Amino acid sequence: MTKILVVDDSNSIRDMVSFTLKSAGYETVEAKDGAEGLSTARSNSFDLVISDVNMPNMDGITLCGELRKLDDFKFTPILMLTTESSGDMKLKGKAAGATGWLVKPFNPEKLLATIKRVIR
Amino acid sequence: MSVDLSQFIPSFLEESFEGLELMESSLLNLEQGDDETINSIFRAAHSIKGGAGTFGFEHVTEFTHLVETLLDEMRDGRREITQNDVELLLKSVDCMRLLIEAIRDEQECDRTEIDETAKLLTIALNQTASVDVDNNETGSGTTNQQVTQNTLWDITFIPEHHLVQTGNDPLLLFNALADLGPITVEANCKDLPPITDIDPTELYISWHLTLDSAASEEDIREVFEWVEDECQLIISQPVKDQQDSQQPEEIVIDKQGGDFTSVSSASDSSEQVLASAVADNASSTLESTTTTKSQKQPSKTKADVGSIRVGVDKVDSLINLVGELVITQSMLSELGNDFDLSKIERLTSGLEQLLQNTKELQESVMRIRMLPISFAFNRFPRLVHDLSNKMNKEIELVLKGEQTELDKTVMEQIGDPLTHLVRNAVDHGIETAEQRLASGKPAKGVITLDAYHQGGSIVIEISDDGSGINRQAVFDKAVEKGVVDKNTVLNDNQVFDLIFEPGFSTAKEISDISGRGVGMDVVKKNIQSLGGRIQVESEPGKGSTFKVNLPLTLAILDGQLVRVGSETYIIPLITIVESLQAKPEHINRVSGDMLLYRLREDNVPIIPVCKLFNIDAEHQRVEDALLVVVESDGQKVGLMVDDLLAQQQVVIKSLQDNYQQVEGISGATILGDGSVAMILDIPGMITMAMNNASQSQQKYGDIAKNLEGVMS
Repeated sequence: MTKILVVDDSNSIRDMVSFTLKSAGYETVEAKDGAEGLSTARSNSFDLVISDVNMPNMDGITLCGELRKLDDFKFTPILMLTTESSGDMKLKGKAAGATGWLVKPFNPEKLLATIKRVIR
Repeated sequence: MSVDLSQFIPSFLEESFEGLELMESSLLNLEQGDDETINSIFRAAHSIKGGAGTFGFEHVTEFTHLVETLLDEMRDGRREITQNDVELLLKSVDCMRLLIEAIRDEQECDRTEIDETAKLLTIALNQTASVDVDNNETGSGTTNQQVTQNTLWDITFIPEHHLVQTGNDPLLLFNALADLGPITVEANCKDLPPITDIDPTELYISWHLTLDSAASEEDIREVFEWVEDECQLIISQPVKDQQDSQQPEEIVIDKQGGDFTSVSSASDSSEQVLASAVADNASSTLESTTTTKSQKQPSKTKADVGSIRVGVDKVDSLINLVGELVITQSMLSELGNDFDLSKIERLTSGLEQLLQNTKELQESVMRIRMLPISFAFNRFPRLVHDLSNKMNKEIELVLKGEQTELDKTVMEQIGDPLTHLVRNAVDHGIETAEQRLASGKPAKGVITLDAYHQGGSIVIEISDDGSGINRQAVFDKAVEKGVVDKNTVLNDNQVFDLIFEPGFSTAKEISDISGRGVGMDVVKKNIQSLGGRIQVESEPGKGSTFKVNLPLTLAILDGQLVRVGSETYIIPLITIVESLQAKPEHINRVSGDMLLYRLREDNVPIIPVCKLFNIDAEHQRVEDALLVVVESDGQKVGLMVDDLLAQQQVVIKSLQDNYQQVEGISGATILGDGSVAMILDIPGMITMAMNNASQSQQKYGDIAKNLEGVMS
């Protein structure tokens, strides 16, 4: 089963993303910030990581960079979930190794459609 | 397909309110250059905006966007954090709260203040040059441009070598593209190096695709959105008419077999062609997910669903205890299978264990209802901030003991009285900076809120280092209002207690802040209705301290069981001063039916419980009966009862919910033998007794006067 790590400090966003993914048959694991996401990732493997950018403890960009250093996550798609759709943020994400970005407000149908670009 | 997210609205609301609280408290503590604080404020606003956008709460999104932009400028250091901005942001927090409350209550809210604040925000934003208001973040929706005719698109995709290292996979992109229409894929492997030089993490292939679709160029570009910086993408429309998608003659690898990384490393022959295609395959999986969608139901989204957040540790300990209870229960039931007297010892120890389990379980359950008092304290930093601004006073608020836990119900009801006390401290307690400096104190006044446990109750202290209560002013006012006689001699505490009398306010003029009809008497009444009490201590020039004593919970009470005739009553243990056998020489009969008992220096009116409730008692004469001296509101009375029974904790059942309010009774409980016992409402009983007495007498004051006569 496709396993997705959802990292967001907002409970409701995390719940919604998770719910949407589960309703489409994916398995999800949640983490409330980058630090928790990283430690979860160290002990599990995932087919996809969806992460918020602005988070306490460790932000999404840093998380992305850290994940890329792990062998298991070299090729794992990492999507940034963000409202900051400015090019600046995209570049930062790309530089850290992000696969793509999902623009909030988060739309469930769109989410499901777009993640198909990175997972089977 | 649609995914119904409305079930998440309540949690969004809850989270938003928490976020607003965080914003508020952080704003109050914000200092220049404090990056972490400004970041956390920004994140809170950001989350609210994101959530609101998802649910389509546009008012919130629009407004919060302005707030967020302002915060973003502060965060990036493009804007100085001025006091004005902080005030504006605090105001914005209020507006956001209004907006979100309106969503919760499913009502429209008053827009005037919100529009005004939005205007101020916009003005503030325009002051800084580099404002980019990009409002088009709202759902980059798929363009519904209906092109009736299918177009045969020609796409050349030349990715950079490191593309796969960011987690992108061309195969999946082609699959996504295949959702738009039938495609053909041709791989170009001419850049593939000899196998010895191949780096398996690099990508050496480029592709040429054709897509037969009604989609626009924009739609196609969107599929490549995440890789457009890492590839060359050429999209063209060579053939306008609907041409059959020509199958290339090269080898076509079915997509299941086409794991990209394995292919790239396996392709040693330079002219091997990879391709994947076929739209139908992918769309079938999509459809299967649509059917799993839950029915849209009319969602009631009242935010206060009365839920509490409970720490996992609390729940765990509860489960632990229930486990032990089950073990004890099974032990006891096994014991009962064929019971004989030899097992009586084991039975006793089993019952003891049961008692212990039950007690612990009870405590754990009570702990679940307990919340840290910070829930009640949180509103005060803002309150004090606003009030001190308004009154031009410099005030620092110190919160202590915020982790002290208190029953949720008590917490909900203590908020208003506390607010009043804090307002009072700002308004009447702390002096203006000039006055303070003149009396040799620092210009900044300090108000301290402290909470701690003391025995079975919680104590909340509100203290200020202001001028203290003017004893003479209070006394004069009380005389003027006719509360006391001007010749009465009172000690300090008695004088200070006068401020709790109805209609009492010593403020020279009624200010906007306190003294608006709601007086300290209401505060006292509210606290008493929670079974608590309030005291005040004050020292001229040094400040005042209000001490509020509250029971930890309203659900359980330590009670003294007493018998009157055949009835059992419960007297709250906290009210009992002492119990005694009345000595005949200390009983005084004053005018009317009123009996007084001389208890050391005090003269205590005797209330025969049997008469009050109109029941038969064993002992009709005071000399034969027992007296339980109870105190409420500084007034002692002796309750005449037949016998004292056990002391125990009782679970309070509301009479009002199950029957109706009864004067002199605060509730009922079920005793061990299954019978119902009434819990006496001591303040209520005293009032009742006083009213009864005043039917023959005029007022209790007269009794007291008579009493003084008797005494002297």
